[in-house]
Amino acid sequence: MLRRFNYIDVILWIFRIGIIGLVVWGTVAKLSFGVGRSYSTANWLDFVISGLSQGSLYALIALGYTMVYGVLFMINFAHGEFFMAGAMTSAVLVALPLAEANILNDYPIPSLLLIFLSAILVSIGVAVLTERVAYRPLRRAPRLVPLITAIGASFFWQYYFRGLFGSSLIPFPEFDIFKGEADLFGIQILKTNLMVMVTSVVMLIGLQLFVTRSKIGKAIRAVSEDKDTAILMGIDVDRTISITFAVGAAMAGVAGVLYAIVFRQLNFIMGFTPGIKAFTAAVLGGIGSVPGAALGGLFLGVIEAVGPPLFLEGLNIPGAHQLKDVIAFTMLVLVLIFRPQGIMGERLTSKKA
Amino acid sequence: MSQFWKQTVQIALIAGAVTLSAAVIGLIETFDQRDIIAGILTLGEILLFAAAPVAGYICINRLKTQRFGVALLQGLVAGLVVVLPVWGLLVLNSFWESIREAFINVSPALIEILTLRQPSAITGVLLLGGSFALLGVIGALFARLPKLLQRSLLTGIGWVIGLGLLSEILVDILRPRIGRPLTGVVFGAKGLHLTPTLVIFATITILTFVWRQWGGTQYQRVRGTMSSGQLRWAHRIQVVLGVIILLILPSFVGVYLSEIINNIGLYILMGLGLNIAIGLAGLLDLGYVTNFAVGAYIMAILTSSSPLGIEQSAGFGGITFWMALPISVAAAMLTGFILALPVLRMRGDYLAITTLGFGEIIRILARSDWLKPIIGGAQGILLIPQAAITGWFSSLLSFILVPIETFLSRFGITLLAVNNQGDIVFDTPPQLYYLLVLACLFMLFISVRLNGSRIGRQWMAMREDEDVAGAMGIDTTKAKIIAFTLSAASGGLAGAIFAAKLGSIYPHSFQLLISINVLALIIVGGMGSIPGIVVGAFALIGLPELLREFAEFRLLFYGIALMAMMLVRPEGLWPSATRRRELQSTEPLVEQTPTRAGEAHEAVTIGS
Repeated sequence: MLRRFNYIDVILWIFRIGIIGLVVWGTVAKLSFGVGRSYSTANWLDFVISGLSQGSLYALIALGYTMVYGVLFMINFAHGEFFMAGAMTSAVLVALPLAEANILNDYPIPSLLLIFLSAILVSIGVAVLTERVAYRPLRRAPRLVPLITAIGASFFWQYYFRGLFGSSLIPFPEFDIFKGEADLFGIQILKTNLMVMVTSVVMLIGLQLFVTRSKIGKAIRAVSEDKDTAILMGIDVDRTISITFAVGAAMAGVAGVLYAIVFRQLNFIMGFTPGIKAFTAAVLGGIGSVPGAALGGLFLGVIEAVGPPLFLEGLNIPGAHQLKDVIAFTMLVLVLIFRPQGIMGERLTSKKA
Repeated sequence: MSQFWKQTVQIALIAGAVTLSAAVIGLIETFDQRDIIAGILTLGEILLFAAAPVAGYICINRLKTQRFGVALLQGLVAGLVVVLPVWGLLVLNSFWESIREAFINVSPALIEILTLRQPSAITGVLLLGGSFALLGVIGALFARLPKLLQRSLLTGIGWVIGLGLLSEILVDILRPRIGRPLTGVVFGAKGLHLTPTLVIFATITILTFVWRQWGGTQYQRVRGTMSSGQLRWAHRIQVVLGVIILLILPSFVGVYLSEIINNIGLYILMGLGLNIAIGLAGLLDLGYVTNFAVGAYIMAILTSSSPLGIEQSAGFGGITFWMALPISVAAAMLTGFILALPVLRMRGDYLAITTLGFGEIIRILARSDWLKPIIGGAQGILLIPQAAITGWFSSLLSFILVPIETFLSRFGITLLAVNNQGDIVFDTPPQLYYLLVLACLFMLFISVRLNGSRIGRQWMAMREDEDVAGAMGIDTTKAKIIAFTLSAASGGLAGAIFAAKLGSIYPHSFQLLISINVLALIIVGGMGSIPGIVVGAFALIGLPELLREFAEFRLLFYGIALMAMMLVRPEGLWPSATRRRELQSTEPLVEQTPTRAGEAHEAVTIGS
């Protein structure tokens, strides 16, 4: 569609060029003139790797946003809470008792599986319940309505879990097998980071296969294409939507446990920031696309990890690491302004945008 | 038939699960601290027992049970099933010694409440089951009563619970006026006494019944016979009464309640502002706290006497609250304008999440070391002076005020107090109250005028359908920019007053929660409805302030309120007239005509 080029475009262009200019300036200043602290190559590599690990967490959470958006065209604001619910419950009810009974480190793999399983189940339970109670009756309502409901659901679950497990930080037990660093082709990687990346990749591939190969995946794709036609083809749309929520929540549950293993501290508001960032990742990669979410997550993770030491310190900003979240939010705004279809470039119709 | 019982059990199980949840997250125990009937019934017990009659009622209503005997049996079954999850918790508790390590709120106190404070657990458990069964039957019986009687009884129960909840505050207000013996008869240390409860319940129920049956129609008839001139006079009397109540409120309710009312006032200001974006223009702005923060920080920088204030840092002193106020508002408007530019092309949920991002960016920036030299980082800005009226204007005001004050002080009423130096300082909550009332009235006036203006109608058109509005020749870009800018103004005003009220500001005062609070009060009150915002602010900001011990569950209830409003009553508690008409258009028009005509009439008289 052709659009007139008006003054808003001019302002947006100035905005875009300004941001890009700042980033380039900061980067050049850092790399050529060495403004601020200096980092070795190994340091930079560490930044990238921790970024990739963080990014794969974002990717896992982003899948939930992407899949739900695919079928319902709504941002499931409460998705971050599914992530939190799984992690908190599995930590309190499974991981900590296992650690106390010394089973955790004697039988690490079965305990790990048990933790993952419980987190997935809780996340799915919360997600399906939310969908059934709060979203399903509003399927045909104006678009603002389910969004507000989702915000309500998000706060409800946060404070529900605060009531269940308290407001203090919950420590997650440490796995002996994930202590220290691993040597991978001459690169030293923290074992936790390696584990996060491997698990995420496995989950992502599994999900991609599930969506493209399985019959349920086919149903999900059909529903996201056209609900009414899907009904005519004999697809139970309500059930398919529930399954979509459940699959997204399962990914969030896995991400929750991975988060717990990396950061080892959990709280009832832990879902908020990762949730928004994962949403950014989903938009970045092109909402509705599974590989896009993965790519967007990784990209965001790396930018977030490398950005502060690179161009923010280059701009001579003190305490640059504090502004990590600002980078993510700015990315979100930039992507939404200039490339709402995201990296993977699925064109948004006016219905979706 | 089996389907019938299956559904009964299902409904009851859901009710039981809700009760169990309320118990496990600590709601029942917290609410147990609040007596409704002194020494007899607490709010926690009401919450615990409510599920059984509600389940019984819903079962009868949902499944349309006809036969009386079946209904009784159904209520009994429902009550017994509701208790199962709670029993489950008690059993779990007796097996699992360290249950509190996982579920922090399953305390001995909670178990005591759940076993009805019986010395032996077994009797407690049985008694609990028995009372649930009985209450289930009562719920079922209630469902068979005529609708009018049901409503009257519910109104009676509602009044008793409301009065019981607010008893402490009511005692505080009433005791100096009607004396301790009289309040002592009705109110205990906490909650109502038993006999007054019954009296209140019976009176309210009968009154409601009589009013619903006869009074309402009588009132309508009398009203119908009044001429337009009489109606206009009635309206004028209402306005005068309203103004008088507004003026003498703080000396009537005391310092503590004035403080709460001031907080409500701040939120009304923000609500009115955000309403322009959300209610009128349909732009879901989740970063409203940005404007609030900008207003507060500009006020702080301009007037503070700390090293961060402009007086010390730039040697540019002598800026008073009144000079800084328009600058703060203008700065907030500028922020609103600038932040509107990137989001002009976004719609609905993308807009929401982007503005939410803005709000977070502002908070992170305010806390960061980067901007610390300017706005103080996490330590914030201190030493912000209070708003005050000084000089010739205060002399003029006190010339008028002092005689009135001396007259009113005989009745124990103070309005704006003038201090020894002849200045009027807005330092205490009752003083600040007048500043906030002024600000709120000003914004109310602007909102009402905007509502019916050309741009207001453009916004509403845009809210319904942006493309169609554009096709009708509305410059949607311009309309959006104006909406964001004007909506920011009110937030800036609230922020500036907030800074002067507190005397110091910190980044943690500007969290996403503020945006969510404002959003929630608009939604609960009714999107686009100005009286709705006032109602919403009183319900969502005032009530939790009064019921302090529920503070930790405040957002839980906000979440429930947001969901429930959207599911059950999307138009809000006090919807605007247009919204009501739109949303109820499916209902038969005939039934509604009398009230409509009344409203239309009123609107005409106000307008003329």
